[in-house]
Amino acid sequence: MEAAAGKTYPPFEYEVGREKIREYSNAVGETDSVHHDPEAAREAGFRNVVAPPMFCVVYSAGAMAPAILDPDLAINLMLMVHGGQEFEWGEPVVAGDTITTGVTVKDIYEKNGMKFYVFESESKNQNGDTTVKGTWTNIVRGG
Amino acid sequence: MAAPKLEPGAEVPALTVTPDKYVPHRYAGASGDFNPIHIDKEFATAVGLPQNILHGLYSMAQVARAATQAAGGDPRSLKRLSVQFRGMGIPEREIRVTGTVRETRNGRVVLDTVAEQDGNQIIRNAEAELEI
Repeated sequence: MEAAAGKTYPPFEYEVGREKIREYSNAVGETDSVHHDPEAAREAGFRNVVAPPMFCVVYSAGAMAPAILDPDLAINLMLMVHGGQEFEWGEPVVAGDTITTGVTVKDIYEKNGMKFYVFESESKNQNGDTTVKGTWTNIVRGG
Repeated sequence: MAAPKLEPGAEVPALTVTPDKYVPHRYAGASGDFNPIHIDKEFATAVGLPQNILHGLYSMAQVARAATQAAGGDPRSLKRLSVQFRGMGIPEREIRVTGTVRETRNGRVVLDTVAEQDGNQIIRNAEAELEI
C-alpha cells in the first residue's frame, strides 16, 4: 500500500434533474414509467421521477475526476482500463435531490505487472441519507 | 409486477439487447464520459482497438436491468452489484445477460450474472443482491 492510500478529495455536489434522469434512462434502455413520468413515480411511492440504480455513475463522475486526474497518483490514462466496479445502494435518488459525493483512495497495489488503483466513493442526499457507496477499480497495464 | 420464485439454482430470465450504432454517443452524452475510444472509430482503431467500443458502465447498466427485472422490476430491489469488466463490448451486436440464483443471504437473493456478446464474456463474476 502506498502513501496515497487514505487520501480524500473535495466533496462534489450534483443537482438531479428530471430530464437528465430521462436522458440517462433512454440511453440505457430503462423504459419503466417510474423513470419518466412523475405521476407513475408517485403512484409507486417515490417523491418524483426516480433514477435507475446505475444513474449513480452520473452524479459520482464529478467526484471521481479529481481522483483519477490527481498528479500525486500520476495514473497513466492512456494505459488505464476500468477493471471492476461495485455499488451498494441505499436511499433511492429522485429528481430534485442534491447529491454530495466524497472519494477516498482505498488502495494502490501491483499484481502481475499491473498497477491497481482502488477508490471508494460515498454519496449522500440533502437529508444526509446515503444513496450509494461505490468501489472503483482501475488497472494500468505495465504501470 | 409479481416477483418470480427465486430459489437457489434457478435461472432468471435472460435479458437481450442490441445496442445500435449510436448508443455510445447517447451514453456519452447521458453520462458525461466522452472518451474517444467510445465515440470515434478512427481514434479507437489508431490505439489498437477493433472499433469504437461500448462504455463498460453501459454494459453494467444492462446487468443491473436484468437483475432488477429478475426481482420483479422495482428499482429499489437492487441493493448491491459487483462486476469485473473483461473483453470489450461493441455496438450492433446482441448482448445477452444471464443469471442464476446462488443463495439467499440475510434475506437477500444473491444472483451470479454474466454478460456475453458473440460468446465473449464482457462482464463476468457479476454478483447482484436483491431484496424482494
